[in-house]
Amino acid sequence: MMAGQKSLSEQKGEWMVLTGNHATSHAARLARAQVIPSYPITPQTTIVELISELIADGQMDARMIRVESEHSAMAAAIGASSVGARVFTASASHGILLMHEMLHWAAGARTPIGMAVVNRAIGPPWNIHVDHQDAISQRDTGWMTVFVSSNQEALDSMLVMYKVAENAEVLLPFMVCLDAFVLSHTYMPVRLPAQEEVDDFLPPYHPPHYKMDPQEPITFSPIVRPNGPYQEMRWSVDQSMLKALSLFEEFSEEYRDRFGSGHDHGGAVHEYNLDDAEYAIVTAGTLASEAEVAGDQMRARGERVGLLKIRLYRPFPVERVRKALEDKVGVVAIDRSISFGFSGPIAEDVKAALYGSNGSPPVVGYVTGLGGRDITAEDIMAMALDGVSKIGTGETRDMVTWHKLRG
Amino acid sequence: MVYSQDLVRIVIPLSRPSKGSAGKTGTWRIFTPRIDYKKCTNCFMCWLYCPDEAIEETREGCPEIDYEFCKGCGICAEICPAKAITMERGDK
Repeated sequence: MMAGQKSLSEQKGEWMVLTGNHATSHAARLARAQVIPSYPITPQTTIVELISELIADGQMDARMIRVESEHSAMAAAIGASSVGARVFTASASHGILLMHEMLHWAAGARTPIGMAVVNRAIGPPWNIHVDHQDAISQRDTGWMTVFVSSNQEALDSMLVMYKVAENAEVLLPFMVCLDAFVLSHTYMPVRLPAQEEVDDFLPPYHPPHYKMDPQEPITFSPIVRPNGPYQEMRWSVDQSMLKALSLFEEFSEEYRDRFGSGHDHGGAVHEYNLDDAEYAIVTAGTLASEAEVAGDQMRARGERVGLLKIRLYRPFPVERVRKALEDKVGVVAIDRSISFGFSGPIAEDVKAALYGSNGSPPVVGYVTGLGGRDITAEDIMAMALDGVSKIGTGETRDMVTWHKLRG
Repeated sequence: MVYSQDLVRIVIPLSRPSKGSAGKTGTWRIFTPRIDYKKCTNCFMCWLYCPDEAIEETREGCPEIDYEFCKGCGICAEICPAKAITMERGDK
């Protein structure tokens, strides 16, 4: 434990055994979310189910809006955020695909909405299991995106992200992404910080510039012409994204200092055994926790392998990725989604970040685990060893290698 | 347009209610509504239904169409209970 950090026992708060979904519901409660527009979809449904119970039991002072679709859920979220409410919603898979238009609007309208995305495969064919394609397909909407590997990390990231999102220089929505079933329906011990401690960390939201108010009617985001402020507005979203990158690091540290090392998940990236590693595995979500196990097993066999987990996917932590990887012999990137006809999305971003950097180690990209196909530490070790072998022989021209395809 | 005083400028396009912020939309008209004041009962259903607020009340208490902004949609003619509004081809 680092100096200045309080041990868990010194603090208030409580331990509960929770699914990832219920940890997320409690995050919304602790954040004092005021409006929850929601539409059920597996595997997210139990998040908003518990929230409706918490509201009914008087443990949460919030208004639940039952809507007819996810598109409407996000439209209601934008409206509620526009009048200054703290808004939470949750969705998955086809749900966030249906929201897609409104996701763009939420970012451009500067509404700092919080959403839990329980990563689920996209049809066809129908599949309710883990896959990152749903969130990855929202990459360019202007939503800040965090992938987590544990239920504790889901809760903590939600609280940190509200503080980032509501900052006067950011004002952008965010999604915290947790893997379907692997986290969403799996029980783990989770430490819930005390309400008053969270209140100190995350004060109530007041829109710092303008809010929707019947006393002062304003049309938000009306039509603008080519010489109107359209390009400036897009530029400003990009500037806010870059600001959010540094604030996420800062507030993650502040959160850890307030609540203890059990709430430390790293900043925009999490590194494991990386300093002296020759090879790095880069991935996100629960594949990353499995990759720690794989890395340990490879270390035991004499392979110097470390892990770089991408926590913050957008804004992408370019400088931290460069710093962590530019001195490596090679990089193995593992994606749970695919940009058809090109590459795994994280592999693609890692390559882009390293291009023109001080050192550009070869990056070998793998796509695997789609639609919930089980990926064990042995699978990750197999990919890592294959990647190390390819890097050794210079066979790194393929943009993607598929792992665990069935014949 | 709003710029915050902070390091990062937040750009939020805003507009306040005002007359004709989209220009003189009367030039869009293909059919023009005409009120026959002999038939008009001053019920103001046309005023209520006009989607562009292009119908106003005159000092005499009658509805009057503002042809600078009327797009000629014909809703007033359709809704008029006294059939006092007819649509004439042309924008004048």
